Amino acid sequence: MNLVTVSGPPSVGKTSVILKTIESIKNRGLKVGVVKFDCLYTDDDILYEKAGIEVRKGLSGGLCPDHYFVSNIEEVVDWGIKHGFDLLISESAGLCNRCSPYINGINAVCVIDNLSGIGTPKKIGPMLKSADIVVITKGDIVSQAEREVFASRVHSVNPKAVILHVNGLTGQGSFELSTLLFSEDDHITSLKGKTLRFSMPSALCSYCLGETRIGESYQMGNVRKIDLGKEQ
Amino acid sequence: MIDQITISALLDKYPFARTFLENNGVDPDGSGEQSLHDYFLSIDENTKEEMAIDPGHFISRLNEYISQMLSFLGETKSSVESLTILPGHYKTGEDERFSDLTIKKNEIISIVGPTGSGKSRLLGDIEWAARNDTPTGRTILINGKEPEKKWRYSSSEKLVAQLSQNMNFVMDLSVYEFLSLHAESRLITERESVIERILDQANLLAGESFSKDTPITSLSGGQSRALMIADTAILSKSPIILIDEIENAGIDRKKALNLLVSEGKIVLMATHDPILALMGDRRIVIKNGGIETIIETTEKEREILSQIEEMDKKIQSLRQRLRRGEVLTEV
Ligand SMILES: Nc1nc2c(ncn2[C@@H]2O[C@H](COP(=O)(O)OP(=O)(O)OP(=O)(O)O)[C@@H](O)[C@H]2O)c(=O)[nH]1
Ligand SMILES: Nc1ncnc2c1ncn2[C@@H]1O[C@H](COP(=O)(O)OP(=O)(O)O)[C@@H](O)[C@H]1O
Ligand SMILES: [Mg+2]
Ligand SMILES: [Mg+2]
Ligand SMILES: [Zn+2]
Repeated sequence: MNLVTVSGPPSVGKTSVILKTIESIKNRGLKVGVVKFDCLYTDDDILYEKAGIEVRKGLSGGLCPDHYFVSNIEEVVDWGIKHGFDLLISESAGLCNRCSPYINGINAVCVIDNLSGIGTPKKIGPMLKSADIVVITKGDIVSQAEREVFASRVHSVNPKAVILHVNGLTGQGSFELSTLLFSEDDHITSLKGKTLRFSMPSALCSYCLGETRIGESYQMGNVRKIDLGKEQ
Repeated sequence: MIDQITISALLDKYPFARTFLENNGVDPDGSGEQSLHDYFLSIDENTKEEMAIDPGHFISRLNEYISQMLSFLGETKSSVESLTILPGHYKTGEDERFSDLTIKKNEIISIVGPTGSGKSRLLGDIEWAARNDTPTGRTILINGKEPEKKWRYSSSEKLVAQLSQNMNFVMDLSVYEFLSLHAESRLITERESVIERILDQANLLAGESFSKDTPITSLSGGQSRALMIADTAILSKSPIILIDEIENAGIDRKKALNLLVSEGKIVLMATHDPILALMGDRRIVIKNGGIETIIETTEKEREILSQIEEMDKKIQSLRQRLRRGEVLTEV
């Protein structure tokens, strides 16, 4: 089985791109499954089911979806292998700009859209910087110049990635993407011994864990203070 | 080693590395007299973890960026003289019957055929420089040879620029700032003169003129389109321009196409509009996924084109008169 991790900010078009890409992959006679990691809510599983794709979803609740991803991906891979998939795609909501679900030796795709503004590539951390493939969506809504400027910003934070433009509505570019997602030579039987590309911060703050009361004495764990400047 | 020299020495040697540093969270002016190595040593481990700073990864990306930029700058303007399409097959699997189709620089080709027949797929084959590895089985040659890999995977050198359906900009910038930003991303040195030229050409294409201080989001549909076309013709490095089903653009279509080809581009446009279809030197007729025929625009058709253009002008003026609130009494 091949595994691909797809990640990206909310609503950039991850599901649309994955669905269009799977159409091309299925044409090659391959069996594909999907797992969606999100935080509080997602309807993506319904979209995948409608397209006849086997899907599981996991909601991280109070945790960042990427933390939840690492603690579950091993079981998910076992599930995929048991179901005889040729390709298992994980879709994760990239809600936290600090974390990323990428694993060394596993194809990593970051999806971002042309609408997010040219300052965005610089703000996104390892999720963009250490991806193998960066998919840029919603090119239909902007001009050629805006696409070129945006792509050059992406290139300046991740010069090693292959950058592809895919339209999530028409599927333009999705065939091309599909050729990069599956290789006969790749085989995983388990994730044992594999490592994350980037460490995730181990500490959580008390508010991540459900604290609601405000005040110094309730703050535990990962606490940092804002610098508001010196009073004159 | 690149992380041992001071940041200001690094920038003297590779001025373009400034973009990399800025976009990767290093203030090039703030820490100029430090080397990157010392800069990373000066950041404490907590901040490194929180900001996800990995010096090794940073330096390896910087090295990659520099080597790509050097080869980009060192290249003489890569010239594409011709584009050749070798036949694949129809949706039925039957082979396409043309032997090969070569399109030269400065040529305009239109692509016609019913919805779903495969016009966009043909444009997709060209964009991806197909090597018998797309659903149509076609192969694309550049200058008669198998295309270089860079046309597929490089982000700064795309074979194809595309004029989008959309007529609006999303960035919140003035025309001048917008063009500067694009010129900067292309590492253009004579920025001012290029911007001047684009503005002049755009104003020739648009009905109503605009200045470089106009915010791009307040341009009219026709003005936006004119600016997009002039910018793509002059600033985009891609030698091939694809236009997928753009109808009534609200600009001088003939002038727009002429501008594109005068800048040495190859233009392919999929269209249902008879005026655009006949403006091509040749037109490709697509049927059921395959290239059915290739027709050279005849003299007779050029005459017909002028007649359709007259009719089109008439319809435009009727539209204008209705908009102004007139009551029509004759055509
Ligand atoms: N115009 C345009 N719209 C797009 C494109 N790709 C996706 N969309 C639209 O963007 C919206 C969000 O798309 P999704 O595929 O659900 O995005 P997502 O990243 O999976 O979203 P989450 O999983 O909820 O984070 C939908 O309305 C899509 O139709 C595109 O290329 N162009
Ligand atoms: N020769 C072909 N073989 C297989 N599929 C094809 C072929 N040509 C086109 N298609 C597919 O047919 C569908 C419609 O084609 P498209 O290019 O979108 O049509 P158009 O732009 O003319 O409306 C697409 O999914 C495309 O990939
Ligand atoms: Mg989704
Ligand atoms: Mg089409
Ligand atoms: Zn996180």
